[in-house]
Amino acid sequence: MTTLDQRQRAKTTSSDSSVKRFAQSFLLSDYFVLYLTLIFFVTAAVFFPTLGTPGNISNQLQNMWPLLAIAISQTFVLILGGIDLSVGSTMGFTSVVGAIVMAQTLDPSFFDRSPLWGTIFMRPEGGIMAGSEWATLVGILVMLALGTLIGFLNGFAITRFNLAPFMVTLVSSTFFAGFALWLTQSRNISGLPEAFLTLGKGDIISIYLGPKLTSDIARRDILPFITYPFVISVGLAIAAQFLLSRTVFGRRMFSIGTNRRASEISGIPSRSVITRVYMLSGFCAAVASVMYSARLGIGQPSLGGGNLLLDIIGAAVIGGTSLFGGKGSVRGTFFGVAFFVLLLNILNAMRLSPFVIDAVKGVIILLAALIDITRTRLINREQRS
Amino acid sequence: MTAFLELQDLTKSFYGIAAVKGVSLNIKTGQTLGLIGQNGAGKSTLMNLIGGVVHPDSGEMRLTEKLYAPRTPADAQRAGIAFIHQELNLFTNLTIAENIFITGFPRKGVLGSIDTAKIKSLTRDLLASVGLQLDPSTNVDRISPGERQLVEIAKALYQDASLIIFDEPTTSLTARETERLFAIMNQLRQQGKGLVYISHILGDVKKLADEIAIMRDGELVAYEPASAFSIQRMIAQMVGRSIEQLYPPRTAAPTNMPLLAVEGVNAAGIVKEISFTLHKGEVLGLFGLMGSGRTELARMIFGIDAFERGNIRVEGESITSPSPRKSIRHKIAFVTENRREEGLLMSIDIANNISLVSLLDFAGGLISVIDQREMTAAAQQTAQVLQLKSGDIRYQHAKALSGGNQQKVVIAKWLLSEPMIFIMDEPTRGIDVGAKYEIYTIIDRLASEGSGVLIISSELDELIGLCDRILVMSRGEIYGEFSREQFQEETILRAAFRQDDTAIPHNHDGVREEAGKQD
Repeated sequence: MTTLDQRQRAKTTSSDSSVKRFAQSFLLSDYFVLYLTLIFFVTAAVFFPTLGTPGNISNQLQNMWPLLAIAISQTFVLILGGIDLSVGSTMGFTSVVGAIVMAQTLDPSFFDRSPLWGTIFMRPEGGIMAGSEWATLVGILVMLALGTLIGFLNGFAITRFNLAPFMVTLVSSTFFAGFALWLTQSRNISGLPEAFLTLGKGDIISIYLGPKLTSDIARRDILPFITYPFVISVGLAIAAQFLLSRTVFGRRMFSIGTNRRASEISGIPSRSVITRVYMLSGFCAAVASVMYSARLGIGQPSLGGGNLLLDIIGAAVIGGTSLFGGKGSVRGTFFGVAFFVLLLNILNAMRLSPFVIDAVKGVIILLAALIDITRTRLINREQRS
Repeated sequence: MTAFLELQDLTKSFYGIAAVKGVSLNIKTGQTLGLIGQNGAGKSTLMNLIGGVVHPDSGEMRLTEKLYAPRTPADAQRAGIAFIHQELNLFTNLTIAENIFITGFPRKGVLGSIDTAKIKSLTRDLLASVGLQLDPSTNVDRISPGERQLVEIAKALYQDASLIIFDEPTTSLTARETERLFAIMNQLRQQGKGLVYISHILGDVKKLADEIAIMRDGELVAYEPASAFSIQRMIAQMVGRSIEQLYPPRTAAPTNMPLLAVEGVNAAGIVKEISFTLHKGEVLGLFGLMGSGRTELARMIFGIDAFERGNIRVEGESITSPSPRKSIRHKIAFVTENRREEGLLMSIDIANNISLVSLLDFAGGLISVIDQREMTAAAQQTAQVLQLKSGDIRYQHAKALSGGNQQKVVIAKWLLSEPMIFIMDEPTRGIDVGAKYEIYTIIDRLASEGSGVLIISSELDELIGLCDRILVMSRGEIYGEFSREQFQEETILRAAFRQDDTAIPHNHDGVREEAGKQD
């Protein structure tokens, strides 16, 4: 009995082994999510041909860049074993404040109930820097500084008072979201300078696919490829990857996320590292805010609301970042964001209702987390052998 | 004395490497089987096979003559096999009673609510049977590691197991708790239970076991009645060669140049007026029972925990409000008692573990870019000096190493920061004979190169074999000081228990209290 049993087992393992080994190396590959995204995309494109059109691809890429900027900073925070729930309202708040600095005209009927109306901040002629040629630059710098400041406040509260990051950032999220709505009385601020809008729309390299029949090519046929957001986000990603993998700061983030006590005993200044990571997170949220605001052409208090946070954390988790800290990479998050944008694109192409889309997103994040657990187990087993 | 559990030709491999090779053993009721072997010899895998944690590739087990093939640890528990692990498995956020009854609470009433009165009284009885007088509703995080171990045993007693496997149960017990445990084990044996006792403390194994089984490289190399073994023979068969001595000879004499001076350190209820000096080239032992304040003292010196009064000087320079960062700057290193929780980054590669303290030494530029090659090379070199046995240090995680090698990684981490003062809390806990010897050699070399080493250990043998001087702590005070020529196990132990009248009072007069209070 036993021998027969054993022979059978041996047989199945030998025929299974090559498939299994392939499946395992596929699952363990650093590029797993990228492969998955490509397979997913090609399969979906068969059923929904619009997905594969150059127009759609260009469009999806443009959707990806701002999301990437905040997902990267969330990756940092997650590696540390923390979480930053305030990135969304940091975006909304900085968007509003940036617009107040830059606006070249403001509609009295919209803003006369704002607490700032009639002051230097909000007049019919525009915001603080109205009419100045420096408006765009100052506006952007103010946004970045404010984002960093919010991050600092988060980090300070977390490290100084030993508060849970979840709680601190939830509070600051509520606070700044409310503040932004109060300042604007829930109105979007338009009238932003042209130079700022270029940042959202302007492309550096565009592509035209098709025969050249006339001397003019219609604007809508030109597909933006390399845009300012592309340059900003990819630049940010490269810098982040460098910071994470090559600098003392990056190594310390991992060590604190893996074992804060051991790190402190080894002389790592955990408070300062943690505070700086939250500052980076706030900064990146502001960068994303600049991109979104420029693209929309408005200062929007509700920017970063809705499910954005879920998308960001989901993208990071799909990319292999652990919510327990100590694990994550910029590359993984990059693939995660691509996967997420594509998923959304497919679900939209299927003409599903937004409610269904959210439900599906939830399931996908859960699956990603399960796959990650399997991967970790396999890696551990390989380590042991 | 029938065979209760029979192992027949058990084999288990992980990725082609046999962890257990063709092991056949009979575990009998009413007997104690001592199982020894170096770390990595396959003891844990063998126990995991019995416990249903892993499954054999071939061979089988019979429990009272019936085929026994546990799929899960719960199967093993149902079959009457209990484990007392080296790593404690209690929920520290729950009470003692809740921990004991975690697998099934007695219910009462129509609502089926937990019968707290019943579990309390049952728990009190169980605790009494292991010699603990604790309130059953005490949270486990409030009791000492030694007491936790006894709670685990009470839990196994409650489960009424026929076979109890003790895996290094005494590592965190005081001498008295150990004696109590041994008495309980004897009692269990007489009640007809089968016991397996795994330990690195060979004297204990010899004392307790009826039969001894020795494993090496996954194989059973000896399996005979305990009377057939001397300690020397046990060691020889474990390592496959004979170790002439357990401790390497000291290669250099200590100087009398003070390196670290602790002056009047006080923390209410923890330590009282501690003063001592560690000299260059000295290996200074700090011995004390659990709860004597030895670990707490070490943590205060390094700046992890705060103290109220007192002063710490390194080469004459006073360290104000010590912190780990300041201590590191003053060239102090601290190998903590818990290498998993406080020493290592378990899921991070060895190279980054080793370079953790000295990262900035390998970095340059405005944003401290690490020179990876230089860092890896330095880590590799230190690993080689310590004869670390590992895979590629850039990829292998710390958790994939054996206990001894993990400890070497912790030591390597501090070595790389080139300290003058080493504080080591239980540096050889839970590691095997061969690795212990290597760590002793490292300690001797550090001292002969001019560092000062302060070692805390609950194994007195080890301190006697290694140190130039031993301080004994008892109830938060330094209660005795012994120089090498005064080393005598019994005298030192008596000082630790305060039953001593020959020890030299260390700091101030009048510290000696009446003997006999402890018992």
